[in-house]
Amino acid sequence: MLNTVLDFFPEIPIADKTKAFTEWLTDTFAFLFDPIKENLEGFMEFTADKLILVPPVIIILLVAILAFFISGKKLGLAAFSIVGLWLIYNQGFWEHLMNTFTLVLISSLLSVIIGVPVGILMSKSRTAEAIITPILDFMQTMPAFVYLIPAVAFFGIGMVPGVFASLIFATPPTVRFTNLGIRQVSKELVEASEAFGSTGSQKLFKVELPMARATIMAGINQTVMLALSMVVIASMIGAPGLGTEVLSALQRAQVGTGFVAGVGIVILAIIIDRFTQTVNSKNK
Amino acid sequence: MPVIEVEDLSKVFGKNQKQALKRLDEGMSKDAILKETGNTVGVNRASFSVESGEIFVIMGLSGSGKSTLVRLINRLIEPTEGSVRIDGEDLAKMDKKSLRKVRREKLSMVFQRFALFPHRSILENAEFGLEIQNVPKEERQKKAQEALEMVGLGDYIHQNPGQLSGGMQQRVGLARALANDPEVLLMDEAFSALDPLIRKEMQDELIDLQASMKKTILFITHDLDEALRIGDRIALMKDGSIVQIGTPEEILVNPANDYVEKFVEDVDRSKVLTAQNIMKRPETINIEKHGPRVALERMREEGLSSIFVVDSKRNLKGYVTADDASEARKKDIRDIHEILKNDIPRVKKDTAMNEIFDVIYDSPIPVAVIENDKLVGIIVRGAVIAGLAGEGEVKIDA
Repeated sequence: MLNTVLDFFPEIPIADKTKAFTEWLTDTFAFLFDPIKENLEGFMEFTADKLILVPPVIIILLVAILAFFISGKKLGLAAFSIVGLWLIYNQGFWEHLMNTFTLVLISSLLSVIIGVPVGILMSKSRTAEAIITPILDFMQTMPAFVYLIPAVAFFGIGMVPGVFASLIFATPPTVRFTNLGIRQVSKELVEASEAFGSTGSQKLFKVELPMARATIMAGINQTVMLALSMVVIASMIGAPGLGTEVLSALQRAQVGTGFVAGVGIVILAIIIDRFTQTVNSKNK
Repeated sequence: MPVIEVEDLSKVFGKNQKQALKRLDEGMSKDAILKETGNTVGVNRASFSVESGEIFVIMGLSGSGKSTLVRLINRLIEPTEGSVRIDGEDLAKMDKKSLRKVRREKLSMVFQRFALFPHRSILENAEFGLEIQNVPKEERQKKAQEALEMVGLGDYIHQNPGQLSGGMQQRVGLARALANDPEVLLMDEAFSALDPLIRKEMQDELIDLQASMKKTILFITHDLDEALRIGDRIALMKDGSIVQIGTPEEILVNPANDYVEKFVEDVDRSKVLTAQNIMKRPETINIEKHGPRVALERMREEGLSSIFVVDSKRNLKGYVTADDASEARKKDIRDIHEILKNDIPRVKKDTAMNEIFDVIYDSPIPVAVIENDKLVGIIVRGAVIAGLAGEGEVKIDA
């Protein structure tokens, strides 16, 4: 009886409409998606291939040296980098590691390139903030698997849809922190730059961005971490890397392989996290 | 010609600003408007003008609208109504580009909390105003360096603001404002965040600097002592309106209403009033015409125990006492030179009252106020005390 009230409206065909919309997007923008896919795919494969060609020992040493200087000539991070990377090599995951690193690098870069300007826009306009905030919430709370479906529709399988999915998932922190960082710049400093006759872009580049730098870097650090966490999920649509090993171990119930590949991801995460964090705190 | 002319300048915060302005015209109070319309009145029809080379102080308690007023002048806050003219150009009606030009070339601002850029060195801070005008690096560094030397920070140029004390930071703020050689300095509570000793030092330094650079300075403060110390003229603000504009003496001596009077009650008047506020017209005799007999007569008429002696050009020659004069009459001395004494305490017209104390304290005769060697007035002990108490007798004849 009561249900008739609820049943008064027939089921709204949201799923069908979304499907139709996605198909329409795929067809209409094929001219856009296809070159993106081809170029980006080519570029990423090129990068990964070149990285794989470099002898691992050189990469390990380079990372260690960089770690040593970045952390203010302390040995901790450098030692960890050597042992961790060697362990991944030792387990035979080196090629996977390079693929994963390429995926994380490219998606993080794109996230930052898109995220920082959007964050700036948000900080400058209340309207933009009101519109973008719920979109960011949506992007972060929607289960990441859901993005894989349109990603495949647009870009097929491989690295590129992986980048697309991780872009959606990983960009919000950069946007939010950029917005927050700029809004937190002290009002008097903004007034000072205006009082001396700054143009909008002078104010942005000479005062606001330098002042917001630490906050923005914290956001970028988050973005990189989230991009890394998408590695396993992206492997479901054929993005090569450590995630593939985890996934296949899951499918075949190989606890050991799964664990080792997982540890590989953790090691990469720790190294990247410490790198971005120390760069940030050192430049304060 | 005035450099800054402000006319009927108003700022109302919130929606429906015009409506709130109308209510103000109808005589509603700031609080009543806030209650009824939700609008906050920041500044209510302020009008004043600042002459070139003048230090004009806007003084009021927090919430009186003084900080809003200074921001209306360089349009960091958009005025609701009224005009601000800098050299005759109305800032309130300017497009953004011309406004930037005026801000770059004519107006500089010094902030309460210094507002130095922490990511830039002292030199880079000082050159900021020139940098955004795209002045070539060498030239702007040279000018910034000069400005820093002017405020005594020439040796600190490569430090960061965080490494300096508050007083030094504000010197950098001042140097940054001076580096692009503006006509007008807007100083928003510039010394309020400094501790009292440093504040006084900075006030003195500003006055010294002003003597050589002759900027037009609009100085905001909540500290009446500061206002009286550095201001050529002072505008007192209350609830967004200007209550009184005048020289420090005018405000102290003739407060426009109860509010101002209450305000100035606690001021240490000895630092503000000067000799000319408490001096009287002197009784004198002429050394070329008069002898001891006339002197004695004059003193008896006026009930004095001594009288100053001047020549025809009113140059002070000395004084005679009643005792000496009557002695002279008994001995039949005709020449006044024989009883003339010359140990007269002298002060200038603008000597502060607290300095007059030291002079008048052990002097048996009045203090002479001298300008260009001429006697312009005398100060008796009673007048000093009356001036301190803020009573009657004090007159302005400036």
